[in-house]
Amino acid sequence: MNSFLQALTLSAGYNAALVAIGAALLGFACGTSGTFLFLRKRALVSDAVAHATLPGVGLAFLVMVAMGGEGRNILGLLLGSALTATLGLVLISWMTQRTRLSEDAAIGAVLGSFFGFGIVLLTIVQTMSAGRQAGLEDFLLGATAGMLFQDAVVIALGGGLAVLATWVFRRPMTMVAFDADYAAALGYDVRKIDLAIMGLVMAVTVIGLKLVGLVLIVAMLIIPPVTARFWTERSGHVLWWAGALGAVSGYVGAALSASAPALPTGPIIVLVASGLFFVSLLLAPARGVAAAVVRHWRFQRRVHRRQGLLALARGETIHDPLTLRVLRSEGLIRPDGVTTPDGEAVAAKIARDERRWDVAREVHHDTGLAGRYDGLTPIEDVFTPDEIKAFDAALGGPSPVAEG
Amino acid sequence: MGAEFVQFSLTPILIGCLASIACALPGNFLVLRRQALIGDAISHVVLPGIVLAFLVTGTVAATPMLLGAAAAAVVAVLLIEAIKRLGRIEPGAAMGVSFTFLFALGVLILERTETSGVHLDVEHALMGNLESLIWFDAAGWHSLWDPAALATLPDELGRLAVVTAGVAGLTWLFWRPLAISTFDEEFARGLGLPVGAIGFGLVVVAALAAVAAFDAVGSIIVIAMFICPPAAARLMTNCLGRQVAWSIAFAVLSSVLGYVLAGYGPIWLGGRDAVSAAGMIATVSGLILGAACVFGPCRARLGEARAPQRS
Amino acid sequence: MNAQRILSIAASAGERATPAALSDVPLALRGLTVSYAEKPAVFSVDAEFQPAAMTAIIGPNGAGKSTLLKAALGVIPRLSGEVTVFGQPMSQARGRIAYVPQRASVDWDFPTTVMDVVLMGLYRKVGLLGRITGQHSTTAREALARVGMADFADRQIGQLSGGQQQRVFLARALAQEADLYLLDEPFAGVDASTERAIIDVLKALKSEGKAVVCVHHDLATVRAYFDHVFLINVRRIAQGPVAEAFTSQTVQRAYGGRISGPLIADMAAGQQA
Repeated sequence: MNSFLQALTLSAGYNAALVAIGAALLGFACGTSGTFLFLRKRALVSDAVAHATLPGVGLAFLVMVAMGGEGRNILGLLLGSALTATLGLVLISWMTQRTRLSEDAAIGAVLGSFFGFGIVLLTIVQTMSAGRQAGLEDFLLGATAGMLFQDAVVIALGGGLAVLATWVFRRPMTMVAFDADYAAALGYDVRKIDLAIMGLVMAVTVIGLKLVGLVLIVAMLIIPPVTARFWTERSGHVLWWAGALGAVSGYVGAALSASAPALPTGPIIVLVASGLFFVSLLLAPARGVAAAVVRHWRFQRRVHRRQGLLALARGETIHDPLTLRVLRSEGLIRPDGVTTPDGEAVAAKIARDERRWDVAREVHHDTGLAGRYDGLTPIEDVFTPDEIKAFDAALGGPSPVAEG
Repeated sequence: MGAEFVQFSLTPILIGCLASIACALPGNFLVLRRQALIGDAISHVVLPGIVLAFLVTGTVAATPMLLGAAAAAVVAVLLIEAIKRLGRIEPGAAMGVSFTFLFALGVLILERTETSGVHLDVEHALMGNLESLIWFDAAGWHSLWDPAALATLPDELGRLAVVTAGVAGLTWLFWRPLAISTFDEEFARGLGLPVGAIGFGLVVVAALAAVAAFDAVGSIIVIAMFICPPAAARLMTNCLGRQVAWSIAFAVLSSVLGYVLAGYGPIWLGGRDAVSAAGMIATVSGLILGAACVFGPCRARLGEARAPQRS
Repeated sequence: MNAQRILSIAASAGERATPAALSDVPLALRGLTVSYAEKPAVFSVDAEFQPAAMTAIIGPNGAGKSTLLKAALGVIPRLSGEVTVFGQPMSQARGRIAYVPQRASVDWDFPTTVMDVVLMGLYRKVGLLGRITGQHSTTAREALARVGMADFADRQIGQLSGGQQQRVFLARALAQEADLYLLDEPFAGVDASTERAIIDVLKALKSEGKAVVCVHHDLATVRAYFDHVFLINVRRIAQGPVAEAFTSQTVQRAYGGRISGPLIADMAAGQQA
């Protein structure tokens, strides 16, 4: 616990502090750029991008060695991965535009075959470096244990740059993500902005590879935006919520992992993000499961109550067991099914309101009001007392039913 | 093509083919239902499955591992459904959340067990060990008639043969309801078909195929074979039956060609060591799809874009 | 006691006539309620659809027309209410119903031929593994011939025009040889000759004693095509023979201010004619 606090307060060593800051920045950049993808309903494009980096890593290593250099140069490896990831993106859009294949098939095809080719190259690298660890496996699952100072600097710097890019392009990207047609009408070049979004995703993927690995970077691109969606309905806010959730996951995750041995950074960051997601899924105030269950239960009872009362008002027999239960629990009918005086009074009110609605819909032809005749909206919510009085007058008196 | 081929190449090639077919068959329907990436999701959760199975049983035997992987696949499918429905989240994002979460869990547990001195091979899960599934006691083609030699065939071959036959049998048995509910879900519901159960059954069969295949060939082939052969087949024909036939042909072609290229390609190019056969098979299947995208007779879109929904 | 009187009066004022033997009613709905999220799309609807008649379900956009049809079929879940088909619960009467969904619900790129689609209509007869016999093919070909698509049996469905696709959907329903036909916007986006062909087939079904129920959006053709109407806007507005239930008054009640004056004037004129 003590070491966790130390890591949280950035006092657990220079490298750990750099990684924590970098992870937070990266988490923020992932959350925001992932939001654009998520809102375009293309969350899994990030999966293909991530897997398509692998052959680039292998190729870069081979090229650098062939040119007589050090194969493990991180900048070279990142450049290579960016190259093949871009190629993968181009192939996905080419396949979906030129053939009848849908985007999910294109994503899966690029993902599978690029990754396969990446593995082929990795086996070549392994035999070349015979015995000496090339360290390329780290790109699969991520690694902080063997992280060099220069890796930490790349993560921190790269994360910062990605956040900067997100901030600079936030307006056009948000516009396109939320309503591409509207953005096009405003004169934005949707295709170019889409490419920029993908480019950003590609960039954070490449930066995050070394930290969390290529499978788990996908998590950071998808989970925070999905979580953010539970907390806000305001379009612009999703972006910042996602960024914040990503940053918190990155920071807390990195700190946790620095605080104890055998807590690999990548999985811990992702599990923190997942934890936030599951809490939101269950407990978010408006969109959460708990809230929805309660709402649905109440709604169903309202519907059954109303339908039951309408049936009472018409003197029909009620068969539906739930309706009977609801009416009974409110004391509107007796256990043996006979209407109580309370029930009669409420049913009478409902019968009168139905007639009022009939009149109202004769009088008011505008849909705004008549459209709320959905069985549940009380007439008092839609019309003013004097309007209702007028309906009663049209019905032939304040107590229309008594007169028949 | 003599004794050496039978001993070292025959069984890996057969196993590769069987694994590819087992994945490609349900893959056809997944691609048509725009659920292609469920295969991707399943193959990612195989890792947590085997790690957990190892934790529970403490052995690295095949059976508990396979059961663990299958259980994880089913858990993943249920989790995706739950997130989709409860959170009202689009399928792609729901899949992404589920499989990355489970994968992270798997990696974490894996690292924890490794520090306790046990080694579980991630690379194996990823790349399989197709090259090592040789038929050690085979002395030539005549061994095919030799019961003693046949008894030493790798276990994976028998297991995959059973699973592939099972997948093929189920596909044949449920062909009509699968086709109807994939083409027109509303009509299928109107007929009274259990559309939800059919969809779930398809995914479970896919998971079964994935788990059986990953044990022998690793998860890369699984991802690629779910999608590449069916997708390429879709560009070759306008008939569902022929599409499935094409996909099997492509799956077999990828496996044979991929294995041969991985084994002999580097030697032809002057290298010494073979490269990953699983990776090469996936690569070849991607190249086949690429060729189908350029030359496939039915590659163009036919139907008009979906009309906007009216109420 | 006053309330008691109110109840009895309300009951007698109710429009419900004593139903004929329920087994003669092709489709009866009681208190059907469907909601999307927390808003009723269809609220407590009672309806009875007649045999040997064509009924149009009419209402403005978003009024729950298609929802009513789908919920009746069990394609989407209902919140409450019961559905009977020829006096039986839906599960026992599936074989007597044919359903034509909206064309937009389908991936027209699906690898299948016209004939395959029509044969799908025979699924309940053929079963999981039953062989497609000559008899079945004949049924399917006859269904195609009835909609004028006999020459297109081997085409890929994506190669057809929108109107032709709609005809194939109708042929698939015909192959089911049902007693109750439910169609969701069969005339949406089809050409004039297809509309003609479809209406001819539906009228023929009617003369065979079948019940035909269409979700319909073109008020101008209601009088020409249909015998009965069912007006809905979340709740039931009116139901009955066209002459009685399809009046400028009921349409105005269903559509509110959304409908233009001239059309209503036309309808009023139609009423007098």
